[in-house]
Amino acid sequence: MIAAYLVLLIPLTGMAFFALAGHRADSGAWNIRLNAVNLIATLWLAINVLREGTILSAGKAFLIDPFNVYLIVLTAFVGLTTAIFSAPYMAHEMETGRLNDARLKLYHAMYQGFMLSMYLVLTTNNMGILWVAMEGATLATVLLVSLYRTPESVEAAWKYFILCGVGIAQALFGTILLYYAAEQIGSEENALLWSVLYENADKLNPEVLKIAFVFLLIGYGTKIGLVPLHNWLPDAHSEGPTPMSAVLSGLLLNDALYAVVRNKMLVDGATQSDMAGFLMMGFGLLSFLVGALFLHRQKDIKRLFSYSSIEHMGMMTFAFGIGGPLATFAALLHMTVHSLTKSAIFVTVGHASQLAGTQNMEKIRGLIKTQPAIGWGLLIGTVSIAGFPPFGVFTSEFLVLLATMRSYPWLAPLLLLGIGIAFAGLFRHIQPIVYGDRPEGQQPIKANLWPVMIHLGLVLWLGLAIPGFLADWFSQATLLISGSAP
Amino acid sequence: MNWLLAMSQTVLFVALAPLLAGWIKCCKCRLQNRKAPSLFQPYRDLLKLTRKQPVVSDQASWIFTISPYIIFSAMVLAASIVPLIAVDLPTSASADVIVLIGFFSFARFFLALAGLDIGTAFGGMGSSREMTISTLAEPAMLMGIFALTMSASTTNLSLAIDFVLDEGLVLRPSFIFALLSLMLVAIAETGRIPVDNPATHLELTMIHEAMILEYSGRHLALIEWASQLKLMLYGVLIANIFFPWGIAERITPGDLGYGLLFIIGKLAFLSILLALSETLFAKMRLFRVQEYLSFAYLLGLLGMLSHIILEGAR
Amino acid sequence: MNIEQLDFYTQAILSLAALVGLTSFLMLGQGRLLRLIFVFAVQGFLLALTTAAAAYSLSNYHLYISAALTLVLKVILIPWMLRRQVLKMNMHRDVEALSNNTAVMLGGASLMLFSYYILHPIVQTSSLVMLNALAVSLSVMLLGMLLMISHRQAVAHVVGFMSIENGLFFAAIVATHGMPMVVELGVAFDVLVAAVLFGIFFLHIRTSIDSLDVDLLNRLSEVDK
Repeated sequence: MIAAYLVLLIPLTGMAFFALAGHRADSGAWNIRLNAVNLIATLWLAINVLREGTILSAGKAFLIDPFNVYLIVLTAFVGLTTAIFSAPYMAHEMETGRLNDARLKLYHAMYQGFMLSMYLVLTTNNMGILWVAMEGATLATVLLVSLYRTPESVEAAWKYFILCGVGIAQALFGTILLYYAAEQIGSEENALLWSVLYENADKLNPEVLKIAFVFLLIGYGTKIGLVPLHNWLPDAHSEGPTPMSAVLSGLLLNDALYAVVRNKMLVDGATQSDMAGFLMMGFGLLSFLVGALFLHRQKDIKRLFSYSSIEHMGMMTFAFGIGGPLATFAALLHMTVHSLTKSAIFVTVGHASQLAGTQNMEKIRGLIKTQPAIGWGLLIGTVSIAGFPPFGVFTSEFLVLLATMRSYPWLAPLLLLGIGIAFAGLFRHIQPIVYGDRPEGQQPIKANLWPVMIHLGLVLWLGLAIPGFLADWFSQATLLISGSAP
Repeated sequence: MNWLLAMSQTVLFVALAPLLAGWIKCCKCRLQNRKAPSLFQPYRDLLKLTRKQPVVSDQASWIFTISPYIIFSAMVLAASIVPLIAVDLPTSASADVIVLIGFFSFARFFLALAGLDIGTAFGGMGSSREMTISTLAEPAMLMGIFALTMSASTTNLSLAIDFVLDEGLVLRPSFIFALLSLMLVAIAETGRIPVDNPATHLELTMIHEAMILEYSGRHLALIEWASQLKLMLYGVLIANIFFPWGIAERITPGDLGYGLLFIIGKLAFLSILLALSETLFAKMRLFRVQEYLSFAYLLGLLGMLSHIILEGAR
Repeated sequence: MNIEQLDFYTQAILSLAALVGLTSFLMLGQGRLLRLIFVFAVQGFLLALTTAAAAYSLSNYHLYISAALTLVLKVILIPWMLRRQVLKMNMHRDVEALSNNTAVMLGGASLMLFSYYILHPIVQTSSLVMLNALAVSLSVMLLGMLLMISHRQAVAHVVGFMSIENGLFFAAIVATHGMPMVVELGVAFDVLVAAVLFGIFFLHIRTSIDSLDVDLLNRLSEVDK
């Protein structure tokens, strides 16, 4: 249990440290160190959970089970690699004069603050605190989106703030209804604790929970970026600094989905119906298709990949909605590989736009010829996210398709169609970017591509063969969520 | 006996109406640091007008001459059904809110016709404005009244008052809204500030005065009296429905005496409120009246909604 | 159970609920920023009053804390901050022309009906009359959103945002007699941080577009220009 406290304490001290110490030349390095220490702490926590099963802290404030512990490790991992990428990236931004000391201090403090709220979302056992932490994540990142202080970035941050704030208010309303239902069965003391709610799920009033779930899905769905609540997402991703886009896409969206799935488990227990699942499938499929279609219209490279995030989050929501062990397993796997691939892509995109000095895709050309590492990184990342074998995204998408074929075969063509559209949308933009001639005066830059290689390597590994312990881990989580092992 | 009582109540109502108008004028003068006229000045004015010979334009048709009588009798009839000092009088069987609104619109219809009849520019303008305002005010008023009558489950005034009396002091959200909405409507319907100014003869702003500009002599006296009656009717409605305490439930001289005292006290208080608001607020532009009335409508609607939402029986 | 059989405090809470709903409507039709902020403060005050009444009638003492929190945050701190911004920006003389005011108002009334309709099944699950006010709290939230849609000033958006939070607090009181203390404090903390961030944002928006009219924030769009 100490590990769990440690996981929360490290970013907290990190945030205080950066806020108090101000910006130093080695802030980026410290950011890496803090995240590295935290990764070790999360691994320790994960080993504990895998050995002993679910851990409930004293006072029941924190709950670590196989479902969230794997997300915790993923969070720490992506947090670390993004920090590794962020150090030289931010130094470069500083050199070009887009940022100053005060903003970098804010950036590093809020990076840790964001990590803290992510860990809090994942570890807490209290549905109310889950909401508070989720809102905290918005508050931590909103100033980072407008870090460059351009009119566009201020607009994007304002949109992000207002939309997510208003959206997540619905989730609090849902949580209040949940609390109301829990109070009715008389567990006043711990009525918002997930573990208590889960034990008594069958006693909760189904009518109340049905309505509550609609609010929860809309609320957290805004954060997932489900269509039609997605408008903030492309703006926030495209205007913020690239490391922020990487953690937003790789972590925040996942955690919002995590919150929805936790609530779905309660609602399913209470209503004994597929109502929650159908809602998630509907929203998920819509987001998947709309995201795929919008890929074609983009001009900004970061906007392009944020629509790809919407598309993939839609697919995960859809898969969790189907329920069942196979679909749940696929969704968990997809969560992992999407996080890894998407943050890798954002890292390369960040380098690519620094290289070309623009985010406009019509102006970024000839990456392979200028700097092969970035060009190939982007190409392989895109191949992977589009769902090509042998990458992990292919495996998970294939499993989702398989699960769909079993449960709702008439939806499978729609999924296939969406994957095809998304593939075309990505490649029509990326192909001229990576190939093509090198424009005049384009020079290679100092880039750290280790995070990209590690991420893509992992995704490749997950695609070729899922290691035994990991498969076991996913199975435990699947068992927890869907009630039976795959 | 009871019929006699009902008749004398009506007579009292009609007789007291100018006094109320005098009292309001008095309050307003005091608030504005002016020397107040006598309380009985409206009686003197009416008397003076009846002594004078009415001048009727040779363009006027019979509608012009007959209208004052119709308007006045409609108001007297309305006064006869509204419980002033006692409930459960024989007239209470027809004391329905809808009937009351019917009387009001009947009177307004003839007033507007009379305004149009002589063909002057002011008359027509006044009529058109009056009708515009009343079309907006009527839904607001009905909404407010429905909010009220849904709780009492009757549109009969006498029964509604009985209901409120039986229930005792209950804080009903819908009543709060209905009260506010009816007060706003009453101000609009009786042509007070901020919708219309009874003391002005400025072309651009007058509404009620524009319609009766051509009247003189006893015709004018009747119309003035009718509008004083209308003001009092609204006052009594608000006072007796929302705060019915003190109204005579049994027909004994003591109760009736108390009833009279109480209604005089309540009306005096409402008049002070009215004088205060007329002093504080300026008349609004004609085109903003619709905002004012839609706010009144909204209040009525909210009253009804809060009756349904908040007061739902379990 | 009818309303006349209830004790005075429940009646008062229901009436206050209705008035909180009314303030939402008043905000909706308000084009002047200072008045808007004032009505918002009134709403916060009514909310604090409701919380205190509920605390007294249920003898639930931690509700007093949340009443005090509401009083400090929503009645004093945030309105004061917004007021200062408006005065500093010299916007207190501007009147925002609200298009379709009547339609917005009627839309608001139908939102109230809508929230009654969707929460009806929940309200039916309990014999607690106070739960009736749940629909009002949801409509306060929805009206806050409508306020944000119908107004263009950033300050008005913040007021809408905060009145959504008011609706949430209200829901927590009428449905559950207040959330657990730790959650309530957390939410209050979030609101406070949000308020501070809004202050920072006003500064940023002003320096970037020289105005607080959010309609001018229109550079990012999906439609080609």
